[in-house]
Amino acid sequence: MSFFLRRAAFYLFTAWAAITINFFLPRMLKGDPITAYLARNQGKVSPEAIDSLRILFGLDNPKPIWQQYIEYWGSLLSGDLGVSLSKGLAPVSAVIADALPWTLGLVGVSTIVSFVIGTGIGTFIGWRRGSRAEAIVPIATFLSTVPYFWLGLIVISVFSTTLRWFPASHAYSKGTIPNFSFEFIGDVIYHSALPAFTIVLTSLGGWVLGMRNMMVTVLDEDYVTVAQAKGLSPFRVMYGYAARNAVLPQLSSFALSLGFIVGGTLIMEMIFSYPGLGLRLFEATLAKDYPLMQGMFLVITLSVLVANILADVVYAIMDPRSRQEAAS
Amino acid sequence: MSVTATGVTDAVPVSVSGRSFREGFSMFRNAKSITGLSILAVFTLLAIFGPLIAPYDPDAIDLLHRNEAPTWGHLLGTTHMGQDILSQIIIGTRGVMIVGFLSGIFATIIAVLVGVTAGYVAGAKSEALSALTNVFLVVPGLPLIIIVASQFEDPSVVLIAAVLAITGWAWGARVLRAQTMSLRNRDFIQAARVNGEPLYRIIAVEMLPNLLAVIASSFVGTVTAAILAQTTLAFVGVTPISNWNWGTILFWAQSNNAFPDKWWWYLPAGLCIALVGVALALVNFGIDEYVNPRLRSAGMRARALRKRGFKPSDGATAVADTRN
Repeated sequence: MSFFLRRAAFYLFTAWAAITINFFLPRMLKGDPITAYLARNQGKVSPEAIDSLRILFGLDNPKPIWQQYIEYWGSLLSGDLGVSLSKGLAPVSAVIADALPWTLGLVGVSTIVSFVIGTGIGTFIGWRRGSRAEAIVPIATFLSTVPYFWLGLIVISVFSTTLRWFPASHAYSKGTIPNFSFEFIGDVIYHSALPAFTIVLTSLGGWVLGMRNMMVTVLDEDYVTVAQAKGLSPFRVMYGYAARNAVLPQLSSFALSLGFIVGGTLIMEMIFSYPGLGLRLFEATLAKDYPLMQGMFLVITLSVLVANILADVVYAIMDPRSRQEAAS
Repeated sequence: MSVTATGVTDAVPVSVSGRSFREGFSMFRNAKSITGLSILAVFTLLAIFGPLIAPYDPDAIDLLHRNEAPTWGHLLGTTHMGQDILSQIIIGTRGVMIVGFLSGIFATIIAVLVGVTAGYVAGAKSEALSALTNVFLVVPGLPLIIIVASQFEDPSVVLIAAVLAITGWAWGARVLRAQTMSLRNRDFIQAARVNGEPLYRIIAVEMLPNLLAVIASSFVGTVTAAILAQTTLAFVGVTPISNWNWGTILFWAQSNNAFPDKWWWYLPAGLCIALVGVALALVNFGIDEYVNPRLRSAGMRARALRKRGFKPSDGATAVADTRN
């Protein structure tokens, strides 16, 4: 039990720290969201409107910072993330709710695909160590060190500009209205082909290498030799004995990789003009749209935390030792 | 690791520092590490002597030779303004290498300080440092970097390196903490403590040599991440586009529709980033094989078995077929 309590305490602390960083970050940075907002809407806003905007966003707020902090928590707990300056004063939560499914769908699916394929290949070449299959290792290394945006642009220019097989940008065809018909879903999958392909291509290498190295290490353990000596089928030894233990470090990297994914999607969504969180966050940064930036950052951090909790649970199910570690 | 004749050198403080210093480099003494280090050495030389080697001024505009494919005059062709791309790549090497290594050094210093301390002290202090590390692991790096870097009009190279280091040290600290915790209760550390060695000496002389491989591997990892992040920032246009690095070249290539036809403009810069990344990965493989000898010997043993007619994946009780 103490294990779960400690994990819970850790996640609560991390969530608190992330939310607090989130509160202070925009306030420490220079630059004035109102000035940026007015620059975009030059001449359209009267001086009285400017004053009311300032009051609305608490920019010439004489309140001490700790009181702002408490109010921030208050509005956060009631689900109010403020309004976005760059999206026509729409509620931040609505902007995020609009963008989140696209990022979760595309990046979530391609990350899982990449993890499964990469771990599978890693299991295989670790099992067949010393064989020709190891030629995959240098290729995978090269692909994982290539800058993502560069690979993305090349993939676009080959498969979209030159061959015209796939669309290069957006999540669905212009003019269609999102709905749940097969036609629309097919359109979405068609548009996500290239972004998903590049994500899998660049992230595959890490999974292959990590799993291969763990397999090679685990295959030398006595329990694998014993399993083989008992006459179990090679398939059973490979999956039930070697891979099952070798996959544990992969799972903890998988949870952490979810954090790096969001960074990666920012670039992916910029290159493919994909209407997800990353693109919105980048637009918000350029427009100095603090409420939107804060909201995005919060959602991203919290989703990484949730992913970590899930990974912890899976890990604890698969490896009983991790539950005992705290007690010893 | 070389085995000394006495076998108990941990108890002989005089020989420790000299031996461990030499051994500190033995993790680089294998084919993979040496290949990686050689590639890095070439790029380091380019970074130092770039201005002497570059055939042209990277900013020099030559309107007579615009958008030219590679010729003998311009080995990697020219941009839309007639600038020599080879010169831009050579000059840009310096920015990439400085930011990569500076940020690697900064991040490694933070990681060693936080990680080793968190591993050595126990109880609440250790938990607090570990929680700090985990917060930095969870906070998404690249968005944070873009937000911070976009706040500065003209961020200096050192500043960019520092921002990259602050978002990149946590992974190394986590690994170092785990390694230090496992070292803390080993016999030779206990012996040093009983001997009354001061804390700084226990950490610097007894522990650090055993942590060198982990430190080196986290340094290499941070440098790779920093180089990728920095070129990405330059490509996005968050850092000033007047400072040449490989990301800047790709920024100009993309904003002038070089994709897909003007391959000489965008292929070399991307390949250079990948080549440095591969070199760093090779160094890391070398360190991995040094730390975990099974990785090094697995392929060799499997090949040896196969030569004698066994299949290494067949199982322990396979019998050689000696009939022919």
